[in-house]
Amino acid sequence: MVEAKTEVIYQRPESFTDVHTHYCPGCTHGVAHRLVAEVIDEMGLREKTIGVAPVGCSVFAYNYFEMDFVEAAHGRAPAMATGIKRVLPDNTVFTYQGDGDLASIGIAEIMHAAGRGENLTVIFINNAIYGMTGGQMAPTTLPGMKTTSSPYGRDVELAGYPLKMAELLAQMEGSGYIVRRSLHDASNIRKAKKAIRLAFEAQERGLGFSMVELLSSCPTNWSMSAQEALGFVEEKMLPVYPLGDYKVTPALQELRV
Amino acid sequence: MAKELLKGNEAFAEAAIRAGVEAFFGYPITPSTEFLEHMARRMPKLGRAFVQAESEVAAINMVYGAACTGKRVMTASSSPGVSLMMEGISYIAGTEVPAVIVNVMRGGPGLGNIAPSQGDYYQMIKGGGHGDYFPIVLAPATVQEAVDYISLAFDLAEKYLSIVHVVVDGNMGQMMEPAELPPMREISDEIPEWAVRGAKDRDPNILTSIYIDPEDEEITNLRLLRRWKEVEKNEVRFQEYQMDNPEILVIGFGTAGRVASSAVRDARAEGIPVGLLRPITLAPFPEGRLEELCDQVQRILVVEMNSGMMLDDVQKIVKGKVPVEFYGRLGGVTPLPDEILDEIRRVSKNEGEISGDPRDEWMDRLEKMRTGDQ
Amino acid sequence: MEETSIIISGFGGQGTLFAGQVLAYAAMDNGYEVTWIPSYGPEMRGGTAHCTVIISETLIGSPLVRYPDIVLALNLPSVDKYEPLMPENGVLIANSSLVNREFERQEIRTLLLPANQIAEDIGMSRLANMVMTGSMVKMEPILTMEMIKAALEEHIPERHRETLSMNYKALERGYAFAEKELG
Repeated sequence: MVEAKTEVIYQRPESFTDVHTHYCPGCTHGVAHRLVAEVIDEMGLREKTIGVAPVGCSVFAYNYFEMDFVEAAHGRAPAMATGIKRVLPDNTVFTYQGDGDLASIGIAEIMHAAGRGENLTVIFINNAIYGMTGGQMAPTTLPGMKTTSSPYGRDVELAGYPLKMAELLAQMEGSGYIVRRSLHDASNIRKAKKAIRLAFEAQERGLGFSMVELLSSCPTNWSMSAQEALGFVEEKMLPVYPLGDYKVTPALQELRV
Repeated sequence: MAKELLKGNEAFAEAAIRAGVEAFFGYPITPSTEFLEHMARRMPKLGRAFVQAESEVAAINMVYGAACTGKRVMTASSSPGVSLMMEGISYIAGTEVPAVIVNVMRGGPGLGNIAPSQGDYYQMIKGGGHGDYFPIVLAPATVQEAVDYISLAFDLAEKYLSIVHVVVDGNMGQMMEPAELPPMREISDEIPEWAVRGAKDRDPNILTSIYIDPEDEEITNLRLLRRWKEVEKNEVRFQEYQMDNPEILVIGFGTAGRVASSAVRDARAEGIPVGLLRPITLAPFPEGRLEELCDQVQRILVVEMNSGMMLDDVQKIVKGKVPVEFYGRLGGVTPLPDEILDEIRRVSKNEGEISGDPRDEWMDRLEKMRTGDQ
Repeated sequence: MEETSIIISGFGGQGTLFAGQVLAYAAMDNGYEVTWIPSYGPEMRGGTAHCTVIISETLIGSPLVRYPDIVLALNLPSVDKYEPLMPENGVLIANSSLVNREFERQEIRTLLLPANQIAEDIGMSRLANMVMTGSMVKMEPILTMEMIKAALEEHIPERHRETLSMNYKALERGYAFAEKELG
């Protein structure tokens, strides 16, 4: 009898629960979740990590992570995370927020968490739309983009311009690591994972506030197929939201992971 | 320990520190600011957390986060600030984690003023935030009592996994009065089983106020109600004064109750048989005691620094068995003992039934008094 | 004395709140119940900074009164405000350096003393509050000079400690003025 030699090359991260998510087919939340879980596994942080879920499509994020989690009020995740981190400075604390949560109702909380240099990691999902409430205009909706609350396309004269959170947060002295990545293809996903790793490394090293903005797709509310939606990210979102490292504190620049 | 002459706000803050508070998050607002300033001086030196948040909204959500770790945590603010906190307060209640909130009340609505008021009675006692929940509300009337009750507030919050509001008004925040502070309590290293501290050697803890299935939310609401019934049974506190066969019962809380006690003393000196019931827990209200007293007194006078908010609760309990009259000052005006003494004298001569809302006659009397003043 | 209410009232910066605190400390240190409450809320009207001190042998109810037993009025608006409210036999002391009128009430106990001028003679104009306090001790000795001096020594802010002897002198000069005026 010949023994089959098997090798595990891909499996569910320990930080991930074994359940189906509630996300729509083609949504990039699943990818983002997985990257976070893989990084937490690789860094061995699971048992000391506390996640803060937002209000929005990822309101149930805590169901998918095998770790302690709390659920914040809309936009208040950075404040809640501040409260946790200040009394448990040795734990790892991260928030997972969408664009309505972080850039609209919670913009005061995110700016001040960065301003204070809170030693937190923020995963920011920017898909240019409100998902959970059914496709309304977000602060990051592109000029001219149609949503249920900008049915004729976002008119910048009336509804203003998209907020560029990575650029804004990079201005804060308390920020240690602020970058924008995209989830529209495999190579960008690999880069996104590396950025998430560096963001958590920044926190573990006490280098201040870290945020990874992830350009993401919302096929359902954009009324597109999954593939078309990824194309929209590449063709329409990238020009408005250039990928890049907006702030990398010197101590992190030398780090190789 | 010897008594010290302490400013209310500073005494309250120090009492919380002695009770083992591990984190304070707040935002400056008159007339509670000295509370935050005292925390800013003391907490970092003790290696405890202090953050001046960007807003009351952020402050209460920091409280929420820290409360989820099972550590003692609090904030202090004043009326408009507490309004802003109502979102987080509801979330904390829904998540069933303990937190203590001190409200040094001032005149309103709106920007109002910085003068002492009891106008937040409804907001504090009846919930204030959205949804079905029942905060415990303590209303001390002296600096010493507040010092003692802030310590109790943490114990109650933890025992019942509840919001505990400590309500005082600007007078109490600003005044100085001798008080004895408790010794420094050691910080408990006990970790509640529900706390989030990292899922090491156990299943993850999830703390949330979301119950997307209405049946689950109903179960949660019922659990909160059952817990509240326990609070009602066990935690009623009040103080009585001059209760030797009173025919007239004055009811007032906080500063109004305290000022009324001077008027009651002076009225007794004139031979008027009057006593004072001062609720210390506004929620749960001393309902049983008031029911008993209805069989003993002929008339009740409710005194408040608002438009008669506790009056509504008193009438609900008295159920018309005894005529209830009202005297209030509004908008940040503190009633003085002579005003209440005049009211007690008037009530002692008044024998008829009160027709309709006792506020109607009071408004007329107050208008007359005010025009007479000027 | 069963319970005595004192209001110290003047312009902001005249040390009215501190003078009240000194009385409160002296009362507490000697076993009395006491409350001190600063001008606050609606009573801020009229441009005066004042505090109410109640000293009592029994637990204090109201920390506020309408009809104070003793008033130290460091400026004219304070005299205008409190003179009509003084009870019979009440004590009203006014700072004649800033009050250019006589009292209207005859049946209360009054004293006009040039507190600013006396303080300037000592060499520290901001001690008018202590001059006033000293005269009060003569007119209504609910607390003794020794009690007040001991409270000052115990509780004067460190940054002002070098002025302690000047404070004592101000208290004594106020006392002496009242003694001379009233016999």
